[in-house]
Amino acid sequence: MELLKFSTAGSVDDGKSTLIGRLLYDTNSLTTDQIQAVEAASKRKGFDYLDLSLLTDGLSAEREQGITIDVAHIYFNTDKRKFIIADTPGHVEYTRNMVTGSSNSQLSIILIDARKGVIEQTHRHFFIANLLQIPEVIVCVNKMDLVDYSEDTFNNIRIEFEEFVRGFDRLHQNLTFIPASSLKGDNIVNKGESMDWYNGPTLLEYLENVQVNQDVNITDARFPVQYVIRPQSEEYHDYRGYAGNVASGKFNVGDEVVAFPSGLTSKIKQITTFDGNLETAEAKQSVTLLLEDEIDITRGNLIAKAGNGPRVEKEFTAQLCWMDTTASIPGGKYIIQHSNNRVKAMLKDVEFIVNTSTLEKDTERKQLKLNDIAQVQIKTAQPLFFDSYEQNKVNGSFIIIDEGTKSTVAAGVIL
Amino acid sequence: MNNHLKTLEEESIYILREVAAQFERPALLFSGGKDSITLVHLARKAFFPAKFPFPLVHIDTGHNFEETIVFRDWLVNKVGAQLIVGSVQDSIDQKKVAEETGKYASRNALQTVTLLDTIERNKFDACIGGARRDEEKARAKERIFSVRDDFGQWDPKRQRPEIWHHLNGMINFGENVRVFPISNWTELDVWSYIKQENMDLPSIYFTHKRNVFERDGLIFPASPYINMDGEDIFETDVRFRTVGDMSCTAAVLSTADNVDDIITEIKASTISERGARFDDKRSEAAMEKRKLAGYF
Ligand SMILES: Nc1nc2c(ncn2[C@@H]2O[C@H](COP(=O)(O)OP(=O)(O)O)[C@@H](O)[C@H]2O)c(=O)[nH]1
Ligand SMILES: [Mg+2]
Repeated sequence: MELLKFSTAGSVDDGKSTLIGRLLYDTNSLTTDQIQAVEAASKRKGFDYLDLSLLTDGLSAEREQGITIDVAHIYFNTDKRKFIIADTPGHVEYTRNMVTGSSNSQLSIILIDARKGVIEQTHRHFFIANLLQIPEVIVCVNKMDLVDYSEDTFNNIRIEFEEFVRGFDRLHQNLTFIPASSLKGDNIVNKGESMDWYNGPTLLEYLENVQVNQDVNITDARFPVQYVIRPQSEEYHDYRGYAGNVASGKFNVGDEVVAFPSGLTSKIKQITTFDGNLETAEAKQSVTLLLEDEIDITRGNLIAKAGNGPRVEKEFTAQLCWMDTTASIPGGKYIIQHSNNRVKAMLKDVEFIVNTSTLEKDTERKQLKLNDIAQVQIKTAQPLFFDSYEQNKVNGSFIIIDEGTKSTVAAGVIL
Repeated sequence: MNNHLKTLEEESIYILREVAAQFERPALLFSGGKDSITLVHLARKAFFPAKFPFPLVHIDTGHNFEETIVFRDWLVNKVGAQLIVGSVQDSIDQKKVAEETGKYASRNALQTVTLLDTIERNKFDACIGGARRDEEKARAKERIFSVRDDFGQWDPKRQRPEIWHHLNGMINFGENVRVFPISNWTELDVWSYIKQENMDLPSIYFTHKRNVFERDGLIFPASPYINMDGEDIFETDVRFRTVGDMSCTAAVLSTADNVDDIITEIKASTISERGARFDDKRSEAAMEKRKLAGYF
């Protein structure tokens, strides 16, 4: 069965958690004890309806404040598909958790409260979905019950959103608009009777049927070496296997390959797995490569096919989302984790910081604050072996780590 | 091979190799349950043909099902792993923890102290665990690499962002990381994988006759470790869906004696796996509270 990973986005209280609860409830994905727990908790809170957000707000602080603070991962399936949902927080403050939840999604549902229309968070979240190049975005206009299920309201929001999207230089997604009420269940799993004017699919119908291209690059063979396997046993005396997950493209036994950074070449002698040797290893497979020649390769090195190598550079341009409460230090030193490499790096220049609503570029400010999105120049102490994010998501993304706190302070895509 | 299981397996192997590469002294927390048995299987695959480069650590409450201990020793021998046992009884004898009293007394919560002690004594910087996000709503919030402070505590409000496939295992002195390679697996995925891979399991996962009693709507194994309160003991066909400390693990009525029947049973089940764990029923935030304190 095919898997679809999607995430929710939208401002606080737009109904993200309720929408997921509704999806689970109306597809009979909840167990009796889960329903009972929600019933009891809803009653304690004095609600006369089921507060379905209690299903995903797993932290006490979240339930006390009635908000989502961190991503929750939820698993369910229908007869047609398996789904992994990332329920993300709406507060600006927790945008980094929204980015965490969205980064591995193939589809993003951006919720809009029908009474409020397109707001700043809608802009920000769409901007991030576009930055991450998530291929599908559903704009779900929720709480339609509170605007008398008005077709005009829905259309106006749609027009406003499309207007905003026209301001982007590059667009990476297919857009779909769905009017809904998560609380009442209209157009989530069932169509309901309140919006006869809407002829499109319900949210679930769309999720079940959408064809999302598996986001992998199939042309450029890249194998980042994760770990060197040396069994140190009689049977495997001189064994030296390079374990890793194929980032993109494919490798065959007999292929001529180049190791980076050494530039040395060899041929693939064997592709090993616990379940037997393979002739071919494709993107996302975890395998172990054995080469014909003894060349020095360690973790962090990259094996590519001869004649089709990555960019090998010490300076590059990237777009960053700053994720730490401590602001960046202009010209400051950090650690970049790209692929299986960690190298020292300097934030050489901040070219501009984007205002995600007006799309204006601020070229004056040089210090990145929490949730800023910027285009920067980075210089590393050793070269990295990368591709652009647009060409190769796995080999074109990185994180920045603070040397002192060891926290992940930014996520970046290479241009 | 099933495509979906293949994807999950590739991801888990990637995570296990990251642990071996990023940490100096990792360990695999082995409970004897199906999830940690699955982890051991994945670890064998990840480092083949070498042995996996970390020991198995079992936190022994002393209130185990006999069958899981027998199985543990058999598996350790089969895969040639090193086994380190942390004993709750020792922690009690050393007065680091006090035995709970009363009808609901259990050693489940005491395990945390023994676990943290064992981590410190062996200077483990990463502990691999078999928790899954579908198990419970606090677990659904957990990262794959989850940093714990000096005191083993989880701070859910300050989790590191975890973006794409990048796992950041850098830590400061005294901190350690809990790693959950099967975060994205569901209970059904685990069982389907057990079937596909033809894995061995402790016998208590399959139906057997056992003396049990009923309490609060759940069926518990009669054992000297539970303070019984005049409940009637009767013999019936049961199996266990999850394996924990004997005092907090409820049985399910079942005649399933093979993995296919178990899969059918789980698909039809109207209660969740954790619904059979008394430790989670103590309060709505039971799991979160234990995690904050450093539980698995
Ligand atoms: N009337 C109405 N209320 C809704 C709808 N969806 C969500 N809500 C309510 O909006 C509030 C916030 O919902 P929640 O799901 O927690 O929002 P989140 O912050 O986006 O996750 C709750 O009180 C919900 O009951 C809807 O479709 N109609
Ligand atoms: Mg929410």
